[in-house]
Amino acid sequence: MSAAKPLLELRAVRKTYGSGEAAMHALRGVSLQIEQGDFVAVMGPSGSGKSTCMNILGCMDQPTAGQYLFEDVDVGALTRDQRTLLRRHYLGFIFQGFNLLNRTSALENVELPLIYRGVGAGERRAAAKRALETVGLTGWEHHMPNELSGGQQQRVAIARAIVTQPLLLLADEPTGNLDSQRSREVMDLLTEFNRKDGITVVMVTHEADMAAYAKRIVHFRDGLIETDRATGNGS
Amino acid sequence: MIGVALKLAFRELQRNLMRSILTMLGIIIGVAAVIVLVTLGSGATQQVTQQIASLGSNLLMITGGKRMGPGQSASAPAFQLADAEAIIREVPEIQGVAPQASASSTAIVADQNWGSTVTGSTADFFTVNNRQIAEGRVFTASEARAGAAVCVIGETVREKLFGRQSPLEARIRLQKLSCEVIGLLAAKGQSSMGTDQDDLVVVPLRTFQRRIAGNNDVGMIQVSAGDGADTETVRLALQRLLRARRHISAGEDDNFNVMDMKEIANMLSGTTRMMTGLLSAVAAVSLLVGGIGIMNIMLVSVTERTREIGIRLAIGALEREIMLQFLVEAVVLSSTGGLIGIVLALAASKLLAALLSVPWILHLPVMAEAFAFSAAVGIIFGYVPARKAARMDPIEALRHE
Ligand SMILES: Nc1ncnc2c1ncn2[C@@H]1O[C@H](COP(=O)(O)OP(=O)(O)OP(=O)(O)O)[C@@H](O)[C@H]1O
Ligand SMILES: [Mg+2]
Repeated sequence: MSAAKPLLELRAVRKTYGSGEAAMHALRGVSLQIEQGDFVAVMGPSGSGKSTCMNILGCMDQPTAGQYLFEDVDVGALTRDQRTLLRRHYLGFIFQGFNLLNRTSALENVELPLIYRGVGAGERRAAAKRALETVGLTGWEHHMPNELSGGQQQRVAIARAIVTQPLLLLADEPTGNLDSQRSREVMDLLTEFNRKDGITVVMVTHEADMAAYAKRIVHFRDGLIETDRATGNGS
Repeated sequence: MIGVALKLAFRELQRNLMRSILTMLGIIIGVAAVIVLVTLGSGATQQVTQQIASLGSNLLMITGGKRMGPGQSASAPAFQLADAEAIIREVPEIQGVAPQASASSTAIVADQNWGSTVTGSTADFFTVNNRQIAEGRVFTASEARAGAAVCVIGETVREKLFGRQSPLEARIRLQKLSCEVIGLLAAKGQSSMGTDQDDLVVVPLRTFQRRIAGNNDVGMIQVSAGDGADTETVRLALQRLLRARRHISAGEDDNFNVMDMKEIANMLSGTTRMMTGLLSAVAAVSLLVGGIGIMNIMLVSVTERTREIGIRLAIGALEREIMLQFLVEAVVLSSTGGLIGIVLALAASKLLAALLSVPWILHLPVMAEAFAFSAAVGIIFGYVPARKAARMDPIEALRHE
């Protein structure tokens, strides 16, 4: 597991919001390595810096201090457009609130990342259909998000995240708005993508049940990593 | 990319149809106004030019009064018949001279009456003004000299007083004068100023002076210069003669005007040009207001769709791609407005041209310009909202509700 170089590496990353008296230290020096093919669950109390860390891993935010290396590329040195291109080509996102485009069909939502990749219409449509099929939504292609249940919406969001076959899938509380049955379905999908397609998954969760699907659990507290242990799933 | 952006823009326009139409209204009105005005303006100008050409460019008009400025004049002594006779005698290269005096009067035949204009003039009136006789004849020199009770009427007067019957030999009463109709003028239609050129009764000048006006004044003298004569030379000769006859000393201004038709034509087309210019300015303001409306609605739209923008940015849309999407949307909005404006203007100008009886001239370059202008309005006023969208922070935008 430690032979290959890591896919991601955080080196003493700090993130401070505001300055002076009002300064809020969300991350106080986080160092973390994640290998290709890993499945990491991030846990910790509210306000401990989990989302802040995910935003940095997702190249949407920059550390105040420290370094973030994505496949040996120093993300901190990239421009806004370069970071966007990194997201476009290598990352997939799943959000707690689904974040689908409303009044836009499930199929078109899944097609969206392919549009920005410049994939032609026919190929785009086919790939989006396949992705919806893998999340078990065949027949729902032309439904609008408001016509779908929460579980179905999250599966559309998952299809959108994996339709590009990303290297890394980032999910911030993907089951936060779902009941336990729907949550397990989502976790089964994530596990499957991790196992079968080798997609690296980093997921924030508050629930130990969900974290148990992962190969590794990282605990945050007050902007620092408190514990980091393997679950025994990854053998 | 631009294809996808166009599709999205039209979808967005459809989704907020009412709002989009209201937003486009400024552009629609602006574009429609410009095109209607240019179309009618050039139609009117063309008509004036043609009419003046048909009158003959060798016509000069002498009216009383000092020229104070455009359209203004101070009172001055009227002309006399003797002035007209002097012109015939003394100014070379002249074809006809028609001294005139007119008044509005009700023309009565049996139980029919019609308010028209009575003009007293000589037989030259008809040649100078290019009026053909449809039936009967014009008055003779002896009838003119004697002040006979005869008249020539226009087509409108005939229609109102006689219906379909021939008016010849009937008697018309004009105030205290009862006169016999000896001629009917061929119809000429509306003038460029919108007046009916067939609504007139012409009597000998002397008859008019004695029996209707009760004085010997002549209000206006029309002079037609001979073919090939230089109207400017004739104009100067007329001016010199009248100054002498009216005893105007060297330093003093004229108390009369000699205008040739060219000058009148220039004046008229100058007026239409000025009107077109003024109203175009109004149209430009309307386009500006329309542009501000578009900017406003685009800013609202960007705020409403913050979350959508956040999703797009997170998924991998570059700043310039978001920018393009919103710019295309603004341009689609404004140029659709432009197109609607053009279509409306075509319909409206066609209708108005028919109503005002001016020719309808299709101006393709103006339409192309108006369309380009409306699209440009979209780019200019869509820029700020589009930039606002493109510069959003994806994290903040995703958190927005
Ligand atoms: N944009 C911001 N401006 C100021 N402070 C912020 C901002 N984002 C986060 N914080 C602060 O940073 C700290 C860490 O926030 P973060 O969202 O990472 O917590 P979290 O672990 O994800 O919590 P939760 O489990 O509630 O989602 C919090 O105290 C939060 O108030
Ligand atoms: Mg969080």
